[in-house]
Amino acid sequence: MSTALDNSMLTLVTFIPLAGALLLLFFPRRDRDIRLFALVVSLLDFVLSLHLPVHFQRGQTAFQYEVNNLWISNPNIHYHMGVDGVSMWLVVLTTFLTPLCVLISWKSINERVKEFFILLLVLQTALIGVFVALDLFLFYFFWEATLIPMALLIGVFGHGRRVYAAVKFFLYTMVASMFMLAAILWLYAKTGTFDFVSIQTAIHNGQIENFGGAATWLFLGFFIAFAVKVPIFPFHTWLPDAHVEAPTAGSVLLAGVLLKMGTYGMFRFNLGLFPEQSRSNASWIMVLALIGIIYGALVAMVQPNMKKLIAYSSISHLGFVVLGIFSFTQAGLDGATFVMLAHGVSTGALFMLAGILYERRHTYEISEFGGLATPMPVYATFFLFIVLASVGLPLLNGFIGEFLVLSGAFRDRAVYGILGASGVIWSACYLLWMYQRVFYGKVTHPVNLSLPDLSGRERAALWPAAAVALVMGVAPLLWLNAIDPAVQTALAPFAQLASKMVGR
Amino acid sequence: MSSANDMTQVVPQAVDYFRVMPEIVLAVFGMIVMLLDPFLDQRRNQKTLGIVALLGSLAALVATLFQSQYPGLGFWKMVQVDSFSVFFHFLVAAITAVVILTSFEYMQVQGIRAGEYYALVLFGAVGMSLMSSAVELVLIFIALEISSISTYILAGFRLRAAISSESSLKYFLLGSFATAFFLYGVALMFGATGSTSITIIADALHSVDIPVLAYVGVAFMFVGLGFKVAAAPFHVWTPDVYEGAPAPIVGFMSTAPKAAVFAVLLRIMFQADAPGRLWLIWVAAALSMTLGNIGALVQDNVKRLLAYSSIAQAGYMLIAFAALPNNGIAAVMFYTASYAAMNVGAFAVISHISGEGERYVTLEDYEGLGRRSPLLAAILTIFLLSLIGIPITGGFFAKFYVFSAALQANLVGLVIIGVLNSAVASYYYLRLIVVMYMREAREEVPVLPIPIGLGAALAISLAATIYLGVLPGRLLDYAARTAAEWAR
Repeated sequence: MSTALDNSMLTLVTFIPLAGALLLLFFPRRDRDIRLFALVVSLLDFVLSLHLPVHFQRGQTAFQYEVNNLWISNPNIHYHMGVDGVSMWLVVLTTFLTPLCVLISWKSINERVKEFFILLLVLQTALIGVFVALDLFLFYFFWEATLIPMALLIGVFGHGRRVYAAVKFFLYTMVASMFMLAAILWLYAKTGTFDFVSIQTAIHNGQIENFGGAATWLFLGFFIAFAVKVPIFPFHTWLPDAHVEAPTAGSVLLAGVLLKMGTYGMFRFNLGLFPEQSRSNASWIMVLALIGIIYGALVAMVQPNMKKLIAYSSISHLGFVVLGIFSFTQAGLDGATFVMLAHGVSTGALFMLAGILYERRHTYEISEFGGLATPMPVYATFFLFIVLASVGLPLLNGFIGEFLVLSGAFRDRAVYGILGASGVIWSACYLLWMYQRVFYGKVTHPVNLSLPDLSGRERAALWPAAAVALVMGVAPLLWLNAIDPAVQTALAPFAQLASKMVGR
Repeated sequence: MSSANDMTQVVPQAVDYFRVMPEIVLAVFGMIVMLLDPFLDQRRNQKTLGIVALLGSLAALVATLFQSQYPGLGFWKMVQVDSFSVFFHFLVAAITAVVILTSFEYMQVQGIRAGEYYALVLFGAVGMSLMSSAVELVLIFIALEISSISTYILAGFRLRAAISSESSLKYFLLGSFATAFFLYGVALMFGATGSTSITIIADALHSVDIPVLAYVGVAFMFVGLGFKVAAAPFHVWTPDVYEGAPAPIVGFMSTAPKAAVFAVLLRIMFQADAPGRLWLIWVAAALSMTLGNIGALVQDNVKRLLAYSSIAQAGYMLIAFAALPNNGIAAVMFYTASYAAMNVGAFAVISHISGEGERYVTLEDYEGLGRRSPLLAAILTIFLLSLIGIPITGGFFAKFYVFSAALQANLVGLVIIGVLNSAVASYYYLRLIVVMYMREAREEVPVLPIPIGLGAALAISLAATIYLGVLPGRLLDYAARTAAEWAR
């Protein structure tokens, strides 16, 4: 195993899409070539990113594939990247979804094709960067960098009220991340470094002056930026708008990866830097997560718009992730990570499916459909499979994560588990009911009779997602054995905290 | 100090002239422009005079390098060449060059006679350069006047537009009033300390009890200088003046004189260690940011929008004045440079789009620019993102240094106001981006090809903006060294 390759792997995986985007700038405006090139770049990035799990040292707890070079000497900013089991899989999730996004946008994007794929690739670089950055500054840099391409994807290529949705998305996340920036600057002012590991050690050893008084505010500064991104209950209103107006690929990446930036941030920074404050604030965060699970599900139930329904279901599912993270149990955190990945695959696929229907009928209204199983049998089969994965049918990916989260939540406090479990039932209700209304019964609108079934390209986009959903459900250990050590490391301070409390 | 520079010396030495070399070069080129003007016919004079002026600003850059070889005090301790003054000389000369490049096309389209225009830009630059090296309050006043009078006239250069004359007159009346305040402050300071030399004042103010007169003097000087940098509550003139003045000149006067006045402020506040500065500046910074940003939210004219934005940006810079000297000085220097890069660039785009008689300056005129001229729209977007403070642009690090300098001085309250303000600010900059990319053009605004001069101006400011956003280290190190020099 060559170490030179290992060292440059994260840099390669992060910046290949950006390099592709720069090359695209100089492409002539022949749409077909541009699409093909984007597909090739994203596939290449996916294949390269597979190097990460293949050569990952499963037993180790430290960060792997680390690179750490000085970028700017004053302030002391390092180009510090590295992954643990959690972030590694999120990187692979991103590289996995991007080629599917390219495929699904093949025909639906006809205008400004070049700009679209440039933005998509730039977005990919920024997303991967968020997961691999270990320097708080670098992290913030990528974090903000995701905003612009995503806002443009929604605002330029979206549907009817796209400008409103794009601006709302931008402002919500921008304002929230300002608080995180203030917290990062405070930490830098006190420690003189942005390095995640150094700051973590400094906090752990109590080397920062005035830390006690500021810690809760710092925790909240980070938390609010992540909470808006997830989104947690009272901050969620930007999400349905953004989803409904976004083009399909935008929705896939938004639900599949962007939301995970929030939960990943909570895992890495809230838990990693502020274990005590996480512990003391956990109760109200858990309550908000539970409200998110149940409220999201109930609102999803009554949505007449298919995409809005899936959007609200995301709020519900991401509630599980937050619930798992703040249960501070091995099972809960393992499960939370697994839900992140599973939700990325299955909800990504759901948005692709909704987009396929939109291409044919230009509407997401559920009442416009009915009996679609007759004209589109293959489509209906894929849809059912993904719906079942999403509601948590055993042997498919949704089940494993939610089960682990709930068992973690039960161990923390039984009532959390009970309330959370109701979310699983709700999700079955709204998704299966939606499925019934769209696919079963007689064809109510004659125009739907002549809808063509899936094309080869669309199948190519859906097969991988369906296959992964199955494999993740059957062999979750492939994922969990890398996630486990990372979670153990994250939980180590909590065990100490607990023993300290018992010792008193 | 060598005996050559003693008070008893009557005739200036060669080295004294070396220490004001950039000013001499700029003034000489300004005079050449004025003398050449009558000898050239109407059609040809535009380009030729512009090129002479451009050469003048480039020669000033070279002269700055030359001048930096002779650090020290000159002209009876009225002028001080140190890395601080070299920095601002360089900045002013660079801004002048870019503004002149922008003006080539603008003058042609507007049909303005070039003669005095370029000369005045160069004379203005003389004053601004001198402000950064003057360490004597009376000389600072004279330099301030040289720079102000040039900009008063330049603001009214769109002779056919009433709004431009209004702008000029308003700027002149209020500006004179403000300089009077400054002069009054100088007089009071003289009364309090018995000198107008900054170093002697600094020594006097280090004594145990500071006379009340000194506090009043600092406050009066701050009023005068606060007016010049458009800091609240002395900002009311800004939107009207910026709206009426020629677009390249707005780019000029929102950056170069501002940088020079900030240099003066740095000298007075830090080198002279002015008493009572903290609260004065705290209030002015908080007000500027808040009033500027709130005002900008409702503007439909791009020039007015950027005028309010410049008020807010001055507020961010003032934050650094409330911080400790070392970090504060470096942060202000970095901010002025990166603000210059992005704002001059933004106004270069605006002056290109504005068209004959500056007809196209409302937000509506920018609708669909992303489609009609993707390159211009992309460039303007980068400048706007830099003004918001998005990473990989100079604007990000500028804000970053200012905020972290303030945090190191434990000014948490001011930082929170600043952070919230930059969140508000992102809305109106974003509005312009949204208009460019996400709306269809209602009225077909003509988009002309980018001429060479403007292209060069845009390339320079874009390169500077990105450079400061990716590799800010070198400039900041330089600024930090400068700050350390003062601390000795």
